[in-house]
Amino acid sequence: MKSHYPLVIIGAGPAGLAAATTASEHGIETALLDEQPAPGGQIYRNIESMPTQRAELLGSEYQRGEKLVQLMRSSNTHYFSDASVWSLNGQLELGVLHQGRAHLIHADQVIIAGGAQERPVPFPGWTLPGVMNAGAGQILLKQSGLVPSDGVVLAGSGPLLLLLAWQYLNAGVDVKAVLDVQPMSNWLRAAPYLPKALLAHHYITKGLRYKRDLKAAGVLTRHGVKDLRAIGGGHVQAVDYIHRNKLYSIKTPLLLTHFGVIPQTHLSRAASCAHEWNTAQQCWRPVNDVWGATDIKGISVAGDNAGIGGARTAEHNGRLAAFNAIHQMGHISQGERDKKAKKDLRWMKDELLIRPFLDAMFRPPSIMLTHPTDEEILCRCEEVTAGDIRKVLEEGHQTPNAVKFHTRCGMGPCQGRQCADSVAQLIAYETGTNPRDIEPYRVRPPVKPITIGQLAGMEQNSEE
Amino acid sequence: MFKRLEENPTETVMVEIEGTSVRVPAGESVAAVALAHGLIHTRTTTISGKPRAPYCMMGVCFDCLVEIDGKPNRQACMIKVAEGMRIRRQHGAGE
Ligand code: FES
Repeated sequence: MKSHYPLVIIGAGPAGLAAATTASEHGIETALLDEQPAPGGQIYRNIESMPTQRAELLGSEYQRGEKLVQLMRSSNTHYFSDASVWSLNGQLELGVLHQGRAHLIHADQVIIAGGAQERPVPFPGWTLPGVMNAGAGQILLKQSGLVPSDGVVLAGSGPLLLLLAWQYLNAGVDVKAVLDVQPMSNWLRAAPYLPKALLAHHYITKGLRYKRDLKAAGVLTRHGVKDLRAIGGGHVQAVDYIHRNKLYSIKTPLLLTHFGVIPQTHLSRAASCAHEWNTAQQCWRPVNDVWGATDIKGISVAGDNAGIGGARTAEHNGRLAAFNAIHQMGHISQGERDKKAKKDLRWMKDELLIRPFLDAMFRPPSIMLTHPTDEEILCRCEEVTAGDIRKVLEEGHQTPNAVKFHTRCGMGPCQGRQCADSVAQLIAYETGTNPRDIEPYRVRPPVKPITIGQLAGMEQNSEE
Repeated sequence: MFKRLEENPTETVMVEIEGTSVRVPAGESVAAVALAHGLIHTRTTTISGKPRAPYCMMGVCFDCLVEIDGKPNRQACMIKVAEGMRIRRQHGAGE
């Protein structure tokens, strides 16, 4: 790894792959850093070494990643696997841990394409072993060919839930139930956007197909589920829920939940980029324009990292960010940039038509987002409950940073990745404010684990 | 909790999970092999000692912290298995 690259791209998912290929094709020396062992991101994870049978289970959308990865591989991109970026600052200096060795590198342009994480939504029992994110289930399937052995309950909202249920069905897994927590009122909220959304019907038809297949297979599907609970001592044994005012319980050793995804913002925050609360998507995201440019010169964001848009949009995002970076470095004029980006800009226009519908449709119920019961754990690391937080709010400590100071909420190893949004939403609800007006946790590097020894080794490196 | 779709992987390594020697496919994460081995919890929490297990599998929850070759606080979902690796549950802070 060199100490300087004109362009550094973080994340080898669809956005990062498209950006790297585009920039390399234009003769820009580009480093693509990714923390996984192989390119593809979460969505196309393990695409290069996927056994055929498993690939078929995953469906045609997954196979799309193959070409993206091939194009990047055959370009001149300097691709680094097992490379995690633990710091980034406004001077475009990056701290990178590559195969156990720490490096400090410098860039003229940085594109952050680190993707999304699952939206953490607390509910009783969500910390029990046997309760996992649906995304985790998908990673186990893609990377290791692991599927639930003794049945599974899927619960939450959003397209991934149906997709995973469908993939499991194809793999012969006993899908005990799909519990959809979307309130019926989402239909009302989403309806006004439907006519425009129909223009981008590819999203909708896929979902309908999964639903039809699940129904034909006799999988129990419940809509408008409330009061989701994972029950158990050492691990989950049952899932309780209320449907149409009746309490139900399903025995299961595994509950996979999904409540949509949110941008991973730790790196852009460490770099002091401005962030805004996005009400439609109920999460923070870096403030960015159509090219993904943030308020910090030279740093842009692309793909789900810039705001949730899904894998296809991420490719276009990545190209737009690359064209702009190439322009910023003086290799093409503004006019050339706009001309090259025409197709991608058109896609983004369509995306703006469909996204409000999806956002409104799959929004988790506000009761789960804003007012967890006192016993619910918000901070998984430090085991801080909603009740603990309410107590310090009553004492007058009413910002996330103050709550953190007084309860240790957000101070554990995950650095607030699992509680930042729920704490902000709880504070907003309890104090009658809008999350928009709440200052999130401050984030300090290292944003990824690195040992003192590795840091010390880095100094030696740069002296050499 | 989990089973493998395909058996006979081409490349394997030997690891030790909680003292038991297990042959596992090369290239997998420590968290995946622990789950496939049936390790229901992989750590206990620092505050209340409650059991936890991998939750996100993508490096953002830190609930998969385990002891690898005697060193605590290793992120099991982000670390690949290696020949001879000793994987143990982490109890509390692990010190
Ligand atoms: S399982 Fe979440 S960080 Fe490893």
